[in-house]
Amino acid sequence: MSEQYLRETPFHDRIAAVASAQSWERWQGHITAVTLGGMDREYFAIRNSASVYDVSPLIKYRITGADAARFVDRLITRDVARCAIGQAYYTPWCDDDGKVIEDGTLFRLGKADFLLNAALHNLHWLRDTAYGFDVTIEDVSAEIAGLSVQGPLAQTVLIAMGIGGLERLAHMRLAETRLDDRPMRVSRTGFTGDLGYELWIRPGDASWLWDRLMAAGALYNVLPIGSAALNHARIEAGFILVNVDFISATYALRPSQKRSPYELGLGWAVNLKKDGYFIGKRALLAERKAATPRRALVGLEIDGRKPAVDAFIYAGKREVGRTTSAIWSPTLKKNIAIASIAGDQALPGTELGIEIWHPKELKIERSMVGCRVVHRPFYDPPRKKA
Amino acid sequence: MSGETHYDAIIVGGGHNGLVCAAYLGTAGLKVLVLEAAAQLGGAAVTREFHPGYRASAVAHLLHLLHPRVIADLKLTQHGLAFAATDLPTTALLPDGDRLTLAADPAASRTALARFSPHDAEALPAFTERFNRLAAALGRFLLKTPPQISAAQWQDRRTLLEFALSLRRLGRRDMRELTRIIGMNAADLLDDNFESDALKGVFALDSVLGGFLGPKSPNSVFNLLYRAAGNVAGRQNGLIQPKGGMGAVTAALASAASAAGVELRTGAPVEWIRIADGRAVGVVLESGREISARHILSSADPRRTFLTLVGPEHLDTGFVRHVRGIHMNGCAAKIHLALDGLPEAWQADPEMTAGRLVVAPSIDFMERAFDDAKYGRVSEAPALEVTVPSLHDSALAPAGGHVLSIVAQFAPYQLRETVAEAARDQIAARVLAALGTVAPDLPDRVRAQEVLTPQDLERQFRLTGGHWHHGEMSLDQVFLLRPVGGFQQYRTPIDGLYLCGAGAHPGGGVSGAPGANAAREVLKDHKLPRAA
Repeated sequence: MSEQYLRETPFHDRIAAVASAQSWERWQGHITAVTLGGMDREYFAIRNSASVYDVSPLIKYRITGADAARFVDRLITRDVARCAIGQAYYTPWCDDDGKVIEDGTLFRLGKADFLLNAALHNLHWLRDTAYGFDVTIEDVSAEIAGLSVQGPLAQTVLIAMGIGGLERLAHMRLAETRLDDRPMRVSRTGFTGDLGYELWIRPGDASWLWDRLMAAGALYNVLPIGSAALNHARIEAGFILVNVDFISATYALRPSQKRSPYELGLGWAVNLKKDGYFIGKRALLAERKAATPRRALVGLEIDGRKPAVDAFIYAGKREVGRTTSAIWSPTLKKNIAIASIAGDQALPGTELGIEIWHPKELKIERSMVGCRVVHRPFYDPPRKKA
Repeated sequence: MSGETHYDAIIVGGGHNGLVCAAYLGTAGLKVLVLEAAAQLGGAAVTREFHPGYRASAVAHLLHLLHPRVIADLKLTQHGLAFAATDLPTTALLPDGDRLTLAADPAASRTALARFSPHDAEALPAFTERFNRLAAALGRFLLKTPPQISAAQWQDRRTLLEFALSLRRLGRRDMRELTRIIGMNAADLLDDNFESDALKGVFALDSVLGGFLGPKSPNSVFNLLYRAAGNVAGRQNGLIQPKGGMGAVTAALASAASAAGVELRTGAPVEWIRIADGRAVGVVLESGREISARHILSSADPRRTFLTLVGPEHLDTGFVRHVRGIHMNGCAAKIHLALDGLPEAWQADPEMTAGRLVVAPSIDFMERAFDDAKYGRVSEAPALEVTVPSLHDSALAPAGGHVLSIVAQFAPYQLRETVAEAARDQIAARVLAALGTVAPDLPDRVRAQEVLTPQDLERQFRLTGGHWHHGEMSLDQVFLLRPVGGFQQYRTPIDGLYLCGAGAHPGGGVSGAPGANAAREVLKDHKLPRAA
């Protein structure tokens, strides 16, 4: 075997066998698919049938020990006391200045047993935050493989596959189960804003799970997808991505580029009243005293059809921001974007101008069109939580 | 709580800085309580009996930094502060029995030094004059609050401006010289100016006293500047033997504090500081008793204050990281010897013996002593600073007897492969051996000894890392960066909690400056309307 520069995920053999597009990228040291056979089909599988996406490269930290709950409460901005065992919590975590280091999903597996799912490496920060606390923090990324099954038929397919109890599994809840006598954790979570589940298994069971899922899903147009289709879905769902829609406080070179949860529209996930101190609380309290946040991360609906990638936004002649993610949404039939803009322009309904540069037959054309601030998510079907 | 008194300010620790701070706050009309863990006030600045009839200053034994404004403001002279001797000469005791005495009188020093090097005899006065001038420029900031760099406050801007002006006022050549030497190592500076090992050895010792560095370590010159920045009894860089030892200095401070209405309580160790809604609201004693106050001031070192008394759970990760990173590897051991008489050669020269005696014959000797410490060992051949306080104050020893008070470098707190008990035996034996080389009849006159390693200092005086200065006095940990960057103005991340000890600007030494500066900042906040 030739020297390998990128690691293969536990599902790689199965994915590579059907990845006729041969379009790969790197994700946390792994080789992963951008698209397997065409992005459009994959996107519509997410919205109309069921999609399968390999999320094994996610970084997972297991947090245990007598002080585990106290420690997690110190780390994140939400109130751990309100997170039940078997619940999943989407939450940001901040640095001393109340600027977001990252956002991720926390699974509460037990009273003093947590799993934190993150896109970036955080072990150094977690261990330093744990100083003086009786906790053990381990990077268990390589011990858990994950497959995300998302779309209106996701539940139907998984039930057909033989996973019991899914009807009762509420949005953002977890279940520990077994299938073919193999352990499996099912979480009703995902990055598509649609009905969906994530299946977490031992890496050695990856091929087994893939084959079982594909067999059960054959009748339902279950389609493996790559990151490009997922990215479309997550923008429609209004989910933000670290180092795309905001720069992690750990990586930002200029302090002005760091963002607080309030500046990212995550104020709802900050509990300033919870017991005890959490990292960044003093700074966030001070920020709360000031009237409007300096910056805001908002949704935009844009006139015309040209995706407003890296586009500047204007209020009259004043430049007030920039888009961070932008697509034409096939489901909504709308031109949408996530944008970082000045705090005083963030009220939904605010009409702004946007300058879009787009290629047209070897020329770059500029179009100046209108746009308006709207609530995120752009797309939020009732079935997501039903 | 019925009948419980509420205080304006509680000061954790009754050392010299805690007492200075208390006296200032009391004078300003605040109701102040000082809580000292030990049975005696004074913290590390106390005079203790270590053998029946023999007493010595437990840690620092010479005064050179106590700020004249603190003496004047608190009227310490009226409260009993007296100097047994000022302008003490320093004598280098050399291995061959020779000596070099540097006295306050320049002519005498010049004659003494000429025997070793005519060149140095000529160079020393000019060097000293210029060095003191440069140090004095820094000395103007001992009693000022370091500014914030992002100076939004006009006060900060003014201090920054004053700092720049103070350097500029030195003139172009001196300003350039100060910026050139401030980060230098002492060995290079000394080699540039002098040729005599005996002279350079004395400076080399002063450049590392109390610290974890050698004369060839970066910014050891800064330690020399800091020593020279002080000005007590009208003399810059002068050495003073306080009457009654260091304990008498803190006794005068305690008296001044009492007179200002401060309540002083000993045997009252604070176990932790109560934080409610992000604000320090009181202290909890080891006895379980709780006392509340509007302002809590800690004269304990920053590591102990934040990591033990407050606890990391109330602090941000980055801040805790910085506090854990404060360098505080104490390296000085304190040794007290009870003698039944002085060595004959010393008796013959009472003027010399009454001064400061130094065993540090060369730069290389000092650096080798540090090499051991660098790798976690007690110095094979330690350098010594010796005083005989009983010569100035007969109350310190029985008739005929004498006390030797010795600072020995290096006995590092962070040991590798040596256990603390063995390190104590090693430093004791090596100090006696070193004294034997310069005064052969001395070891036989020792009746009793007390050996305080940094581990002992940590245990007895609650000094983290056994570090006298509550953190190394290096350029990365002074002025804007003391105790850590962003918190140099005595306030801490916790509202209502202040630092008033040596871990805050300007730093270690019996100066009273951190205490005085912290009191000034607390008084500013005291005038603000109370937070709801």
